[in-house]
Formats: sequence, structure tokens, C-alpha cells
Amino acid sequence: MVDHSSAAPHAHQFDDIQQQHEADSLGMWVFLTTEILFFGALFLSYGIYRHAYPEAFAAASHFMDVILGGINTAVLLGSSLTVVLAVHAAQHGERKRLVMFLIFTIILGLAFLSIKGVEYSHKFAEHLVPGVDFQYKGPQPGHAEIYFILYFVMTGIHALHLLIGVGIMTVLAFRASKNRFGPDYFAPIEVSGLYWHFVDIVWIFLYPMLYLIHVYH
Amino acid sequence: MALLVLTISVAYIDLGPYNVIIALVIAAIKASLVAYFFMHIRTSSRLTWTVAIGGFFWLFILFSLTFSDFLSRPIY
Repeated sequence: MVDHSSAAPHAHQFDDIQQQHEADSLGMWVFLTTEILFFGALFLSYGIYRHAYPEAFAAASHFMDVILGGINTAVLLGSSLTVVLAVHAAQHGERKRLVMFLIFTIILGLAFLSIKGVEYSHKFAEHLVPGVDFQYKGPQPGHAEIYFILYFVMTGIHALHLLIGVGIMTVLAFRASKNRFGPDYFAPIEVSGLYWHFVDIVWIFLYPMLYLIHVYH
Repeated sequence: MALLVLTISVAYIDLGPYNVIIALVIAAIKASLVAYFFMHIRTSSRLTWTVAIGGFFWLFILFSLTFSDFLSRPIY
């Protein structure tokens, strides 16, 4: 395990602290690469079916709440900002600010999930959940159903990733409040920040692809 | 910076019917956010950078090979 006492600033398997930092960052990026491919496959499915059924997808996307989705985009962008500020605070050993920004991040993450929950509840009320009494009143209901399947799978898996991120941030905030992090040991904050930025970027692509098709068709 | 990207994403709700604009704006968002990441990438080693670029490269292969099939013939 990493030894973060001030007498031994880097773990023994590394030559120096810089190599350890690089290894931390590299490890997270290897994982994020797998995530890029994971979400990439979903985006590919979306692309194929949207190419196949453009009118159905454009019509179905009318049922998406552009405002709520836009608010969620802003929420996640703000949370990425608080993450950056948290990492910065950790680098400078400012415990209180670190905990504060981690808590802000958690609050924004939970806000996103709440808004998503509201959107999902609307979908259930409007009978637009595939497999649960799906009643679509526009043209090509079969093709529109594919759109909704993709919507729920993609945003659902994204929300799951965000939930995991919120859990990670909670654990970090708890440990940070116990003063476990400082200028010579903040790798978990930085690496979790990378994960959080990735989840944000996925949503940056999800939002226009799912919500904003109809505006330009 | 985050707000700037936000205004970009909200702005094209008002735009008209051009698909090209979508691609451009999404690319703009992507570029500025990757630049955001670059705060880390710039300070990371070449190895990390290779892995990150590799991820997007494989994604590119996935998309180009698959779409070269779907776009070159009618499917249904």
C-alpha cells in the first residue's frame, strides 16, 4: 500500500514520487480507455439506428425535456469545476476547502441524479418506457421504441457511473475530513477527478444526441 | 470555462436545420473539454498520453469500420 508518511514520500516500488504520480494517472487512464470503448459501443448503436430511422428518432426526441437536460448539463459542468478546485485544494494542503469542494461535487452529482429521476418519472407517466406499457402515439412506434430503449440504457448506465462517482467522492470527503490527504498524497483525489470528468464528458455527448435532434430536422 | 462550454451547448437550440453545425459544435465542445483534460494530460507522461489517445483511436476504428459497412449499402 502507499506509504504517505512524510518520512517516505513515495511508495517503495517506485523510483521517485513523479513516477508514482505518473503510474496513478496512467492507471486511471487505462481504465478510462476501457470506459471510452464501453460507452463508445453504445454510441455506435445509437448512431446506426439514428442513421436507419432518422424521422422516428427526430420525432421521438420531442418527448425529451430539453430544459431539464440542459440544466443537468450545467450541473455536471459545474461539478467538474468543483472537482478541479478540490484537487487544487488538496495539492495545497487546504483541508477545509478540499472537503468543501468535495461536498459541493457530491451535491451537484445528487442534483443531476434527482433531475434524471424526475425525467424518468415523467416518462413512466407518459407511457414511454419500453417494456412497461409502451404507448407511442407518433409515426413508426417500433422505431421510436428503439430510440427510447437507447435513451434509457445510455442515460441509465451513465447515471450508474455517476452514482458510483458520488459514492467515491463521499468516501474521499470523509477521509479528507480526517486529514488523510495533503500536498504529498492527493492521488486518490486527482484520479477520482479524472473519472468524474470522464462521466461529465459522456453526458456532454449524450445531451445533444438524445435531446436536441428535433431542433434541426 | 465551464460556463463558456455551457453557452455553446445551449446556443444551438436556436439554430436551424443544418446537420453540419451539429458536428461542428459538438466538436467544439469536445475540443474545449479535452483541453480541460489537458490540465492533466499536459502534466502527464507520454505513456499516459498514448493510452488516452489510444482509447479515442480505437473508438475511431470502431466507428469508421462499422459505418463504412452501414453507409455503403442499404440495410433493410
